[in-house]
Amino acid sequence: MDEFVNLKETELRLGLPGTDNVCEEKESIISCCNNNNKRALSSDNEKENESSSRKTETSPPRKAQIVGWPPVRSYRKNNIQTKKNESEHEGQGIYVKVSMDGAPYLRKIDLSCYKGYSELLKALEVMFKFSVGEYFERDGYKGSDFVPTYEDKDGDWMLIGDVPWEMFICTCKRLRIMKGSEAKCLSCGV
Amino acid sequence: MTQDRSEMSEDDDDQQSSPLDLPSTAIASSSTPNKSRNCISSSVTLKSQTFPDHVLENVLENVLQFLDSRCDRNAASLVCKSWWRVEALTRSEVFIGNCYALSPARLTQRFKRVRSLVLKGKPRFADFNLMPPDWGANFAPWVSTMAKAYPWLEKVDLKRMFVTDDDLALLADSFPGFKELILVCCEGFGTSGIAIVTNKCRKLKVLDLIESEVTDDEVDWISCFPEDVTCLESLAFDCVEAPINFKALEGLVARSPFLKKLRLNRFVSLVELHRLLLGAPQLTSLGTGSFSHDEEPRSEQEPDYAAAFRACKSVVCLSGFRELMPEYLPAIFPVCANLTSLNFSYANISPDMFKPIILNCHKLQVFWALDSICDEGLQAVAATCKELRELRIFPFDPREDSEGPVSELGLQAISEGCRKLESILYFCQRMTNAAVIAMSENCPELTVFRLCIMGRHRPDHVTGKPMDEGFGAIVKNCKKLTRLAVSGLLTDQAFRYMGEYGKLVRTLSVAFAGDSDMALRHVLEGCPRLQKLEIRDSPFGDVALRSGMHRYYNMRFVWMSACSLSKGCCKDIARVMPNLVVEVIGSDDDDDNRDYVETLYMYRSLDGPRNDAPKFVTIL
Repeated sequence: MDEFVNLKETELRLGLPGTDNVCEEKESIISCCNNNNKRALSSDNEKENESSSRKTETSPPRKAQIVGWPPVRSYRKNNIQTKKNESEHEGQGIYVKVSMDGAPYLRKIDLSCYKGYSELLKALEVMFKFSVGEYFERDGYKGSDFVPTYEDKDGDWMLIGDVPWEMFICTCKRLRIMKGSEAKCLSCGV
Repeated sequence: MTQDRSEMSEDDDDQQSSPLDLPSTAIASSSTPNKSRNCISSSVTLKSQTFPDHVLENVLENVLQFLDSRCDRNAASLVCKSWWRVEALTRSEVFIGNCYALSPARLTQRFKRVRSLVLKGKPRFADFNLMPPDWGANFAPWVSTMAKAYPWLEKVDLKRMFVTDDDLALLADSFPGFKELILVCCEGFGTSGIAIVTNKCRKLKVLDLIESEVTDDEVDWISCFPEDVTCLESLAFDCVEAPINFKALEGLVARSPFLKKLRLNRFVSLVELHRLLLGAPQLTSLGTGSFSHDEEPRSEQEPDYAAAFRACKSVVCLSGFRELMPEYLPAIFPVCANLTSLNFSYANISPDMFKPIILNCHKLQVFWALDSICDEGLQAVAATCKELRELRIFPFDPREDSEGPVSELGLQAISEGCRKLESILYFCQRMTNAAVIAMSENCPELTVFRLCIMGRHRPDHVTGKPMDEGFGAIVKNCKKLTRLAVSGLLTDQAFRYMGEYGKLVRTLSVAFAGDSDMALRHVLEGCPRLQKLEIRDSPFGDVALRSGMHRYYNMRFVWMSACSLSKGCCKDIARVMPNLVVEVIGSDDDDDNRDYVETLYMYRSLDGPRNDAPKFVTIL
């Protein structure tokens, strides 16, 4: 029965069978690609992606976190940290809700991920599958039924793009992609 | 024992289950005896020769109506065709442990008068991100089939299913007498779907949303309940991450005289909780919401929270504390002596805060907490809670290399103080065999033992030895053990013990353990009652997998991820066992020339492979 105990045969590797020890390399590459995740991760962005582990009778557990270990559900992980995160929130991202007229769901995005309006708008277009048309300084958005707007700290609804980007991310509370006549009013010369 | 079943969402202690299916001849023969036959004790001798058939069937129907347990019903249905037929007519509660084990059509063809359905979808390891999203377990085909077949459906209890708002809308529209909706660890729907249910299901008694992901569609679903007095007995929405209309909630509670269980989400503050309690002193189970407040209250206006709790003489089950402000914790003192269930698992409570509370909880049977209470807190539990049946200790800092405030000391103390313990889930950073052995000897009633030593491959931190002897003692001494989860440094020896002594083990979870195929072989060649096997990151390969072929038809599922399996072997098994669905789940950009199987998920099925498998799933 001991012929089955062939450690090299059963050793887990990340590389193809037959290749020799690509493990180290691959792991360091994986640890760099934080967002290039193959697995669905929870909002816990510290988790790094490792799809299998080696036999580690010699090496101690590494600092990199393994997917799904320890086995605590994301819901639980996220909710225990609630208080913790609240204090760390500065510098952790500017999350705003995005709604689109006619769409039954809301999304949340992190404004700090974008460097400017064009990136933001592109992301919204992809997320909600629409197009914004072209922005004109005087006339607002033309060429589309949809107009991207945001609510600022004073509760006013403004057209996205009217103020400098840095000011925008400081004052923006939420986004709304308006459709139809309401949009037209906002769009032409506020 | 007043257990709040809906709280035990992470545990899967369902009773004995035989396959929901036709006589065993429909499935390829296996040498293992169909254990459902063992459930029949003495048979009733019916003189079928002297009575005409229709009389016999009437008698049967009247008798079988009283059979509740599905084990008994499965057994009865195998007696003969006539019994099968009558049993199918009289079964009103159906349990389906794997939604892909059969098609909805088969369910409705066999059972004609179903009132209640319990349906489970994704395998448990999906909870830990070990599977890409959109794998399946859609509720849609089930609800659409049942909409036509079961107009009198009253109860749906789903776990790990993908449920959309449309599904909920169809449910609300199709079942006029609908009473109970329980969604545990589900996703795919939002507050708009919930609103449809609350609005249309006029007989709704139970709406329990437990650890589910609910999108915030900014719909005021609480206001959607009808204006008149409701039938509500249980309302749990602690997992809904969206603000609620408190005024509407208050009004709802005021017109729900039968409401016994109320679990609030973290958007309900202490002040609001106080008002609710004053209006609902009949509650037996309470989820307290945030247990904090946003603004600084002016102290002379601060409500007397303790008085509100004092008025709730019936509260026996307490949970919530989602954003606990510890200085308010003493408000719960008045109810402590009555508590049978206490869930502090979202509250970072220190031992000093915790001890004064627990010392009053003499009747406690179920206790969930974070490890922030430390060994010291566990010692206090052990000293006071002599009736404890279930303990779960979760890590405040769930990382491999975090500080571990609980250890073998806490486990040892619990084992000595809580002799009636039946179920334990314990996360820690260090453990010893001695403590585990002590528990095996002190707690003979254990049916569930789940120990998670968070550092992978960690040995006994005192002796440096593997944890084999500890887990071995558990399987040897705990004769009633049905569920086991192992961790720490484990050699094949541990598995030898499991195979030999784990006579009643139905569920086994293994991670980062074992040395060779022999380990898995021990389990597959032993453990006669094994139903659910989930393994990750362990060096088990094709030889081990093949060694279990004689029993896969008698199991609900096998999960193996990041082991040493090859596609070739999985293909062989799929070919030889046509009623087994063998899914190989890869990542999104799968390397096609790899023979390596990242994740294997296989399960028996009466209706062949599913037709809704996503790209990353290959069904062999």
